[in-house]
Amino acid sequence: MNVANESVVGHAPHGTHGAHGAHGGGHGATHKSYVIGFLLAIILTAIPFALVMEHAVAGTPLLIACFAIAQIVVHVTYFLHVNGSAEQRWNLTALLYTAVVVCIIIGGSIWIMYHLDMNMMPGMPHGRVP
Amino acid sequence: MSNGPIVVQGSSLALKPGYADHAADALRDLRQSGDAVDFEVEHHHDVASTIQLGFWIYLMSDCLLFSGLFATYAVLSGHTAGGPSGSQLFDLPSVLVETMFLLFSSFTCGLATLSMNANKARATVGWFAVTFLLGLGFLIMEVREFAHMVSIGAGPSRSAFLSSFFTLVATHGLHVTCGLIFMAVMMVAVLRKGLTDTNRARLNCLSLFWHFLDIIWVGVFSLVYLFGVVH
Repeated sequence: MNVANESVVGHAPHGTHGAHGAHGGGHGATHKSYVIGFLLAIILTAIPFALVMEHAVAGTPLLIACFAIAQIVVHVTYFLHVNGSAEQRWNLTALLYTAVVVCIIIGGSIWIMYHLDMNMMPGMPHGRVP
Repeated sequence: MSNGPIVVQGSSLALKPGYADHAADALRDLRQSGDAVDFEVEHHHDVASTIQLGFWIYLMSDCLLFSGLFATYAVLSGHTAGGPSGSQLFDLPSVLVETMFLLFSSFTCGLATLSMNANKARATVGWFAVTFLLGLGFLIMEVREFAHMVSIGAGPSRSAFLSSFFTLVATHGLHVTCGLIFMAVMMVAVLRKGLTDTNRARLNCLSLFWHFLDIIWVGVFSLVYLFGVVH
């Protein structure tokens, strides 16, 4: 995605076809970013698995959720290379909008259905209708 | 800049002498600076990034599809109808192996992208072949898990929990299958035509898709398998 660099290369009149290499897949993708992302992802996978397999304590679900969100952020940053740069504004906008909608759908469903379950428990004559 | 030369050429006859000189200077400058080459590069660049943005929007809508399935599973996960629960069915070590298959494949997919950016066609195909095998390993493990569950009477029709489990996890598996087909097709395309601009744009979409599937799997193993065993 290095438009500026490619323009410089483009001054050589012909035979620069190979210089197209960086475009499209760029986003600052480097060997280093993939290695960092990979190592972080392994750590963030191993810890919650270890917690659950060792029959961990109360509060584990919250920890699992935190590790999952952390790992998703790692994947988006180091594998998908989404960042705040100007050329990716629309990617980022779409991603943030999707994240908000996903939170509303999943969080809202759990919230509503949990209370519905509470109100429809067999042994609960009055329910908890406010 | 794109139609500059054309405008200059088309209108120079009708211009006053002073303006015509000016236009001729401008035309000479354009030719000397090699703007035409720049334009060609930028044009390709625009098409590639537009394709990528379009594919990104598709991935985001796919994300919404999965959010619906995740929400359904989250709501129904406790409704076992007297059947087996998650903690009785799930085998965490094998899920960990599946996760590692997918994580390694995401990494090798990244290496394939780097090979592509370095214009190494054979290395690109090689890394995608490794990615393909790792993805296939994941898929085989998943299918075996499903077959085992159905064989012990814990199929999708057993309870609401299992219906939502199979819907969510199998939809992810179906995406992985599509990704593998996409990958196989692209490997053949690169071997036959090399790293053309079209192939590059498609390989970029493929790698976005594959990384995206790994992100969905993070949600699956956290919400379904780990939560299921804890509860």
